[in-house]
Amino acid sequence: MPEPAGIDSRPTGDTTMQQHWDTPEMAQGKGSLRSRVVIYGLLGFFALVYLLPLIVMVLTSFKPLSEIYAGNIVALPKQWTVEPWVSAWETACVGLSCNGIKGYFWNSTKMTVLAVILSTLIGLLNGYVLTKWKFKGANVLFGLILFGCFIPFQIVLIPMAAFLGKVGIASSTAGLVFVHTVYGLCFTTLYARNYYIAFPDELVKSAMIDGARFFNIFWRILLPNSGPIIIVTVIWQFTNIWNDFLFGASFSTGESAPMTVALNNVVNTSTGERPYNVHMAAAMIAAFPTLLVYIFGGRYFVRGLMAGSVKG
Amino acid sequence: METTDSGASATQEAPRFSRRLQQWLPKLVLSPTLLITLVFVYGFILWTSYLSFTKSRGYPVHELVGFLQYARVWAQPRWSVAIHNLAIFGVLYVAICLFLGLLLAILLDQRIRQEGTLRAIFLYPMALSFIVTGTAWKWMLNPGLGIEKLVREWGWTGFKFDWIVNEDMAIYTVVIAAVWQASGFVMAMFLAGLRGIDQDIIKAASIDGATLPRIYWRIIIPQLRPVFLSSVVILAHLAIKSYDLVVALTGGGPGYATDLPSLFMYAHTFTRNQLGMGAASAVMMLLTVAAIMVPYLYSEVRHARAGGH
Repeated sequence: MPEPAGIDSRPTGDTTMQQHWDTPEMAQGKGSLRSRVVIYGLLGFFALVYLLPLIVMVLTSFKPLSEIYAGNIVALPKQWTVEPWVSAWETACVGLSCNGIKGYFWNSTKMTVLAVILSTLIGLLNGYVLTKWKFKGANVLFGLILFGCFIPFQIVLIPMAAFLGKVGIASSTAGLVFVHTVYGLCFTTLYARNYYIAFPDELVKSAMIDGARFFNIFWRILLPNSGPIIIVTVIWQFTNIWNDFLFGASFSTGESAPMTVALNNVVNTSTGERPYNVHMAAAMIAAFPTLLVYIFGGRYFVRGLMAGSVKG
Repeated sequence: METTDSGASATQEAPRFSRRLQQWLPKLVLSPTLLITLVFVYGFILWTSYLSFTKSRGYPVHELVGFLQYARVWAQPRWSVAIHNLAIFGVLYVAICLFLGLLLAILLDQRIRQEGTLRAIFLYPMALSFIVTGTAWKWMLNPGLGIEKLVREWGWTGFKFDWIVNEDMAIYTVVIAAVWQASGFVMAMFLAGLRGIDQDIIKAASIDGATLPRIYWRIIIPQLRPVFLSSVVILAHLAIKSYDLVVALTGGGPGYATDLPSLFMYAHTFTRNQLGMGAASAVMMLLTVAAIMVPYLYSEVRHARAGGH
């Protein structure tokens, strides 16, 4: 499968792309001054609209509650305060317990790290087998695995709840790690398979002739060249698992809930005057890890998005 | 390194065993995933399908009742609302995402300074959890304190924007938040498509005197047909699976005005003790997604094979 064309000259490392995109003779970008002003004006407008929710969240989270009720959502805080952040972390009420969201943040951290490592590792090995040790029916099996990426998970909720109960890992982080690993495998396998398919077979064949074994070849030849796809897979899995709500809501209770479930509970726990600033601080804390990953690995995040949708 | 066993008695056995192990090792490594897929994807699909034909309520029972649970689902006014909402939400979500995504991609394709920064701005909502998105938009759409108040303070004192608490309009707030989150992704897909188009044709048309809007309309956009197809398929299946965003934004309310099949399924399974109806609605969701995804995946895989892989 050819990797989808990048959205800039960088991702594929393919030099023909670089020659195609952005040459002085291009028709694009040669309009009149007026059309340039319109284009930049539109882009600026849309950028503002897309940024607005984030700006509002940040501003609200640093305001005292009195200013929130007195002012408007885009007004700068007259008196900046980190109190809402402290209170979201330490004392916000999640349902009946008022110990803040810190415990849930760590639940999500543990769950995500473990599930990402497990699913990525297994996915890489699967991709290696499906491309370098092809056997009859391998493509059909891949198709079967692939379908799992797209099922609405409602279809597995009831049996999975029963299964987790039987095995004794219901309502635990271990249970959620298991679920996320199981339903993450199709994506990690897809990424690794589509990456390794472009990896030269000759290198693997000559290593086989030299007598290298299955795991040796993987360890010495494929893995050292898998940097980009490992980053793409890890970022994709991290974002998906951290952001999951459906599994968290279905298979956890109380203290074992992940961050997203806790955030939803914080927002819906109403006692008197609603502390919107604390809600926004909690939302920012929940968004922080994936935003951080996006800021530092945005390029790989985009590649993952595209590879997860334009596939073959 | 080949292990050569020079021991007299075991010379035959050991290499043969290790060779056979080497032969089976790849399949052995793949087998856990296959087993997991068979049990937790296909097995569970069968299990849920089976449940949907039983009389199960609070717990699974094995008494088969045919399509009764499906009939019961369709008899619920709440299900009709959910289907109706899915139609409105799905059509608007896909259409607006496509329009905005294409527009942003074409604008960004005009050799824009700071293109990378702008792209990052349009795409960052994709990195957020639906729960975060829902929380943020719920606050912005708050009738007393959000955008409504802001516009009133700006001088338009009669401005009214209470969609989120308005039964007839609440589903459109879900559209707004969902489009905000996903349109950047569609932009990225279109931008990749645009960057893959042969510049020589465009140059030739431009030399012949065609204006840029005309070149886009006549030459470039028609070539993006595969991107349209992929985007529609991905967005449509995301629309059917939508759950978290509605939970965080409206909780399905006011009343059940913003219910979707996914919320119906969850409520009947986990809070109303109607396993059979929950299973039946889940099966219908799966069939709808499969009707979209299976032909798409099949054609993509076939296409890729014909293309040399």
